[in-house]
Order: sequence, then structure tokens, then C-alpha cells
Amino acid sequence: MPDFESVIGLEVHCELATATKLFCGCRNAFGDEPNTNVCPVCLGLPGSLPVLNAGAVELAMRIGMALHCEVRPSVFHRKNYFYPDMPKDYQVSQYDEPINVDGYLELPDGSRVGIVRAHLEEDTGKTTHVGGGGRIHDAEHALVDYNRAGVPLVEIVSAPDLRTSGQARAYAGELRSILVATGASDGRMEEGSMRVDANVSIRPVGSAELGTRCEIKNLNSLRSLVRAIDHEIARQTEVVGAGDRVVQQTRHWDEEAGRTVALRSKEEAFDYRYFPEPDLVPVAPDAGWQEEVASALPPMPAERRARLRSLVAPEGAVAAAQDDQIATVVEQELDALVVAAVEGGVGAGLALARTANEAAADAEGSRKVDPQAFRALLLLEQEGTITATQAKAVLGELLEHGGDPAEIARRKGFEAMDADRLAATVADVVAANPPEWERFRSGEDKLAQFFIGQVMKATSGKADGKAVVAELRRLRG
Amino acid sequence: MAGTPRLTRQETAHVARLARIALTDEELEQFAGQLAAVLEHAAAVSALETEGVPPTAHPLPLRNVLRPDEVRPCLDRDEVLSQAPAAEEGRFRVPRILGESP
Repeated sequence: MPDFESVIGLEVHCELATATKLFCGCRNAFGDEPNTNVCPVCLGLPGSLPVLNAGAVELAMRIGMALHCEVRPSVFHRKNYFYPDMPKDYQVSQYDEPINVDGYLELPDGSRVGIVRAHLEEDTGKTTHVGGGGRIHDAEHALVDYNRAGVPLVEIVSAPDLRTSGQARAYAGELRSILVATGASDGRMEEGSMRVDANVSIRPVGSAELGTRCEIKNLNSLRSLVRAIDHEIARQTEVVGAGDRVVQQTRHWDEEAGRTVALRSKEEAFDYRYFPEPDLVPVAPDAGWQEEVASALPPMPAERRARLRSLVAPEGAVAAAQDDQIATVVEQELDALVVAAVEGGVGAGLALARTANEAAADAEGSRKVDPQAFRALLLLEQEGTITATQAKAVLGELLEHGGDPAEIARRKGFEAMDADRLAATVADVVAANPPEWERFRSGEDKLAQFFIGQVMKATSGKADGKAVVAELRRLRG
Repeated sequence: MAGTPRLTRQETAHVARLARIALTDEELEQFAGQLAAVLEHAAAVSALETEGVPPTAHPLPLRNVLRPDEVRPCLDRDEVLSQAPAAEEGRFRVPRILGESP
């Protein structure tokens, strides 16, 4: 049997962070009481007419521009199907003339993934199956909430450029960062703001043709995405290995069972009979509007990573470990902390490490903290006024309650140990331990740890380990 | 009726199924003929010279009909649900669903 490679393309649905729905003035909000954000338009009542939300068009343009797409004149179509999640019995979407086409997304490693299109459409209502343990086919009936029906979505379709589940994860993570950066979405997968479907196929290595693909739905986290793709590749490889053919179908990811399951689908389910939506005219943002949107676009993650790299290593390459820290900082939107610290005189290594490790552990608190307070704290640590351990404790307090780092340090009793007292303590410890001192003097550097321990004991942990080592070296001469 | 119907019974049945319309054999026969006549009428358009004419997305010469992203009042939920055949827990109650969600 030949070796196989997998070919993966992702379809990402992103709910736009508008105030209102795509075609009516109902509130676009997650978690409201069921059916409180509904009106004749989104309920599909006879005689109602849709009017396009300018804010949704603008956010769609922002997404397209951030993905280097061409923004084009576009047309809405009706996608007809019978399912109670849309009271109109059709979903308004863009079909053959989408607003954004032909872009790309650059992954953190520099490789590019093609973006085929990013079009506008409306979301559907939320169906809850009652009875039969929640399984669709065993349910006794279903309950429908139309708050989500008509909420604006942008569907972003990648080219089949991805080869591994790891690349798919990197793509989805980077796309999420971009969507958040544009202000188009909060990117919350667990609330359904960002929903990912994966198209997976396999083919013999070296083949230029695409194999038969399966579409996997119900991926609620990046972790599910990776697990589902790995499972699906293994399943298809097994099918082909057994001499069978992969059947094109939609499969549902069962997170608990860790497998994909074929959805029952009727042969004709895919005939959506698209036709132009007669109640909506084309939308064609002119050059002026496009220019306005483009100029208001904040820096995207790739650009922000480049900025941090140039701060960390003005001349030369960034170490791999620091590159990972930079990726974390950008993903958690904590760039401002690093920039303020480095520009305020903090060493880039310390600024990056504290931001990517300690600050990122409480990203929500860190996004709210005053970058100048963060800078002041790192300066205290850098100048040896407080130790690394003490700095982390002050940071915890700063993230939780805010305030002045020097004041917090004083309150915690982290006074600076002045150099004279430190030197005296080190001298005492040396005098009390002649054999260890002799070994250290003759070059056994690891004995420094012993002395640090003794000094810490004598000072109740207030001494700075680095300062102790410096003093020991000075005494050794 | 001009010409022979270009729509088979099978095609008519398919279209009816897509629209969830149940047709008897007699009705299939009847509508196949009628739909064919409609198609024939619409086919007159293809006799025109359309080379160089851009496809029409909408009969009105309008573009960018937009509204500002401002919240408007919604309907009262009790009033909305009172119009439904069945409701439960603030939601529309519908028969169990077979087949796949799109």
C-alpha cells in the first residue's frame, strides 16, 4: 500500500460583533432569554422585508482586508431548505458573488494558507432536542429559539492547503487572533462565536488529485479540531487500506467517544436551489468606503509579532524559545505590556518571560493592567530591589487589584535589602561554614546554591539570589 | 400547448419533493405539462443576443441599500409565541426532526 498524505481545508463561521442582526434591528446578543430578540423580519412573517446592516458589511470588509482578500461587489442568494432553525425555510447567504475572494493567511511560521472566500450570511436559530437522551433521531420533539436567527456571520473558506492537524490548529488559532484584532468577533469557540468545520481527504503521496472528502462538524475547541482530524485521517486510511472507497459525507465529531460518526443524510439534502434574493439589492462598497475601512484597521498579529521580534533582537535572529513567547504574547493580546516595559528600559528577555509566563497565566487581568505599572514592577526586579519570586507575588496582586508596585512590595514586606546588610550576612554565613567556603574557593561553583540557601534562611527569603552570588564571587576574588 | 414537454415526470417528482409538496400521479402528469409550458415561455429569453450584457442581480438599478447598526424594539415574546401551534419554555415547540441539519 502506498503512503498517504492528508489534505485539509477549514470552513470557519464567525459571528460578527455587531449591535444588531444582519437584516433587522433586533439585538445581536449571546445568552439572552429565548425568543426575546425577534421581530417580523427574522421570524420570516409575511410582508416583512430585510434591510442590510451597514455595520456587518464593514466588519466583513475588515475581515477580508485582514486576510488580504479582494473586496468585490456582491449579491445575496436564498439557500432553500426545510428545517425549523430558519422560520423562512431559507437562509440568506452569498453564493457565486461573495464580498471577499482570493486572499491568504500567514501562519506564525511564515507559511501561507490560501483563502478562497469570506462571505456574509445569516446565522440560524438554536434547536434543542427534547427526550431520547438529546439524540436527534430519538428525540420526541424539539424546541427552537430564534434569538440567533439572522445574526450576521462571515464564513471563511480556506484552500485545501493544510496537511496536518497541527497546521489546521495553527491556522484556526491565527485566524481567531486576526478576527479578534479586527474587532469583528470575540473569537469565543465555547460560545459558538467561532465555529470550525474541517474538510478532510487522503491521497497517495505525490498525487496531485484530491481524494473524496468528508466534512466534519461539531468541533467546539481547537483540541477537538486536532483530535477529530487525526481520527478522520486514520479512519479514511483504514477504509482505503481495506480496499474500500471513502464515501463523501458529513460526519459529526463525538467528543466523548473520540470518533466521527456519519450523519444520516438524504440524497437530495444538498440541492439548496439557490436563487438571487429578490428583496435585497447588491452591495458594492465604493473605493472611498473601502479606503476608510482599510485605514482604520489595527495592526494584525503577523505585524505585531514582527514588531516584538525587532524589539527583542534589533539586530539578528530571535531564539526559538523567545519566538514561542512572542507568539503567546500576541495570541493573548498582551503586546502592550512588553512594548511598554522594553521601551521603559526593562531588558527584553525579562519583559517577554514575565509577560508570556506569569502575565499570560491571568490574561484577562493582564489586558486590564496599566502597562506602566507593569514596567515599574519589572524595573524593581531588574534593579534587584525585589527578587524574582517577590516580583511574581507583586504581579499577582497587581493583576488582581491594581495599584503601585513599589507600594504593594512595601506592604508585603519586600523591602530592598541594602547592599551593606547583604554583604554582612554573606560574610557571616561564609565564616560559619569553612569547609564549604574552601570548596567554593577552589572552584566548586555548585556550592553557591548552598550559600544562597543559608543566606535565604538568615534573611527569611528576602535576599536576592543573584546579589548573593555576586557577593560570593567578589569575596572569592 | 406548444411543443412536447421537456420536463419528465421524474423531474417533476424531484422538484415536488424538494418543495415538500405531495403530488398524486394525476397531479404529476398535470403539473409536468404546466411546468414545461412555463419553462418554454421563459426559454424565449435565450433567443435574445445577450453577449456582453452583464447578468442582472436585481431588476432595480439600486445598490448598497443599508441601515445603520442600531437596535430597534423587538416583539413581545408572549405575543409571538401565542401565534405558534405549540410553545414550551419560551421556545417554539416543533415535531421531532429527521434528517440532517444543514
